[in-house]
Amino acid sequence: MSFAMLFDATKCTACRGCQVACKQWNDLPGEVTKHTGSYTHPAQLSADTWLLIEFHEIQNGDEFTWGFRRKACMHCVEPACASACPVGALKKTNEGPVVYNEDRCIGCRYCMLACPFDVPTFTWDRGLMEGAVIRKCKFCVDRLGSGLDPACAKTCPPGALKFGERDELIAEAEARIQAEPAKYVPHVYGKEEAGGTSILYLSHVPFQELGLPTLGNQPVQQRSEQIMEKATPTVALGMLLGLGGLYWVVKRRNQMAAKKATTAGHRDKEGS
Amino acid sequence: MVTREGVLGEREHAEARPLTLAGVLVPGALVGLMALAFVVAMIRYADGIGAISNLNDAYGWGLWISFDLLCGVALAAGAFVTATAVYIFGVERFRPILRPAILTGFLGYLMVVVALLVDLGRPERIWYLIIHWNVNSVMFEVGWCVMLYTAVLAFEFSPMLWQRLNLQRARRTIEKFVIPLVILGTTLSTLHQSSLGSLFTIAPDQLNKLWYTPLLPLMFWLTAVAVGPAMVILESTISSKVFKRGLETDLVGALAKVIPVALFVYLGVKIGELVATSELGLAFKGDLEGNLFLAETIGGVIAPMVLFSLPAVRRSSGLLLASALLVIGGVVMNRFDVSLVGLARPDGVGYFPSWMEFVVTLGIIAGGVMAFGLAARNLPLFGEHAHGEA
Repeated sequence: MSFAMLFDATKCTACRGCQVACKQWNDLPGEVTKHTGSYTHPAQLSADTWLLIEFHEIQNGDEFTWGFRRKACMHCVEPACASACPVGALKKTNEGPVVYNEDRCIGCRYCMLACPFDVPTFTWDRGLMEGAVIRKCKFCVDRLGSGLDPACAKTCPPGALKFGERDELIAEAEARIQAEPAKYVPHVYGKEEAGGTSILYLSHVPFQELGLPTLGNQPVQQRSEQIMEKATPTVALGMLLGLGGLYWVVKRRNQMAAKKATTAGHRDKEGS
Repeated sequence: MVTREGVLGEREHAEARPLTLAGVLVPGALVGLMALAFVVAMIRYADGIGAISNLNDAYGWGLWISFDLLCGVALAAGAFVTATAVYIFGVERFRPILRPAILTGFLGYLMVVVALLVDLGRPERIWYLIIHWNVNSVMFEVGWCVMLYTAVLAFEFSPMLWQRLNLQRARRTIEKFVIPLVILGTTLSTLHQSSLGSLFTIAPDQLNKLWYTPLLPLMFWLTAVAVGPAMVILESTISSKVFKRGLETDLVGALAKVIPVALFVYLGVKIGELVATSELGLAFKGDLEGNLFLAETIGGVIAPMVLFSLPAVRRSSGLLLASALLVIGGVVMNRFDVSLVGLARPDGVGYFPSWMEFVVTLGIIAGGVMAFGLAARNLPLFGEHAHGEA
């Protein structure tokens, strides 16, 4: 049993109700921003903006279409951020949310590099006294615990964002595609991507057009975890034994050479 | 170039030195840079990393990670390469360059730690790595390697201090453990150099295919093995000029034989991998990444590989230095390419280090140079009195 959310881009009207609800529930301040020429506003996720509706202008021949995307933490089934965190400050819970323990974080920001969705953000304006932290959507764990839906899903007026159980939402998404195959791209983004995510997407335009990365079905940390599990211990042990052995062999050979030199009766400049 | 006293014997130290213009200006500039960096660091501790840097949520790592950490560790590789040659392979004739190499490595690692104390969001928690473990994390390995190898280098360096302070018992105790220390140090170095490459295997989709390979740890290690002797050449050349000693051209030339071997293996794996994955074409696309890759590979790998293979180059101090600088430049480029330029970012976000970021980096380098200069004058670093022990 693991919670998830299904975002149907064909239903989203980009009212930004979710974006505002997120700020309200999490008590996040507004940001002073600059006009960038895009409706996406603010332009990026930040420590004060954990959920963002991106406005993608999509040109298809003569046709113009909007592609709206809810950008926030994907709450991966096997999160790269949690794998990357050296002190285990990020964790995947059985219930679905990927949660962050700010009392453990050392601020190395490796999670920001590891995340294939560019989600974690950092409090760049915090000094030693305030204590810098990583910030991202926390799936409203504090609401889930009381049986409430996440603030964004609760708010969504057109019902583009649906909260529920992951397997059921995947089944529902696939049913929607089957019911209206002309309307949807025949794929549920997040079902398999990067090992699966808890935020699932349906779309009328290719997912890359919504700014979602093209990813394989394996978690991105597959290689680095292999290295940590197998290569590192093997190299460590191999080097310790190999170098020890090498030292012994070289020393022994030099000793033998010295001995041979002395018994042969002529002095050598060995071992100065 | 610093000119110092005329014909003083090797053992006469600072006391007898007459003041020269350079003798005042150089330390003055170093102290000035350190002080400026200190002020900038204080602003960072008060108002956050954003107050002094252009780092942002798309560029979480910048100059400090690419240069101070990644290049810093690579350029400190002279210590483990030289120590391994002397103690494990028993090449006794490298012993005269061992102590400067170890000191350079030790100072290099201390500089890395200082940079981390500026770059980490919660520097006061750096020790949390000891109590909170995530063994899946490459950063966990990186952190432990920094801690342990800095400690090993401190031990390897300490006999110079004990000798100077005439603490013979402490010196002999350390020297008893010198072989296990060197074995541990070489192992930790290998793990550390390679794990810095492993860090970026977690971004297979973001890192440009010219640099991404599942073998990144091997690539980082090979380039470290190549740049270690190159740094020994650079450091020996500078100290031979500054401290008016002869350059051990034959010695560093012999150590330099490692370089073409490491670069050859690196080049073979790199090209083989790009051919096997059919990504070699990326190098000739004429874009920034492609051109950087070509510059790095031709100027920093192929050229020095050929040069160091020529006995004539290894016998000439000038050509040795020039070739060493090519290797160093290539490795520095490589670390920037992997950790900064080669990583895809969201559209519309850029990064170039702020002047205060440069000040921090320069201040830390100034500290390292200053410490090396002080050690060279006050510790038994060079010459025959450095013989016979660690």
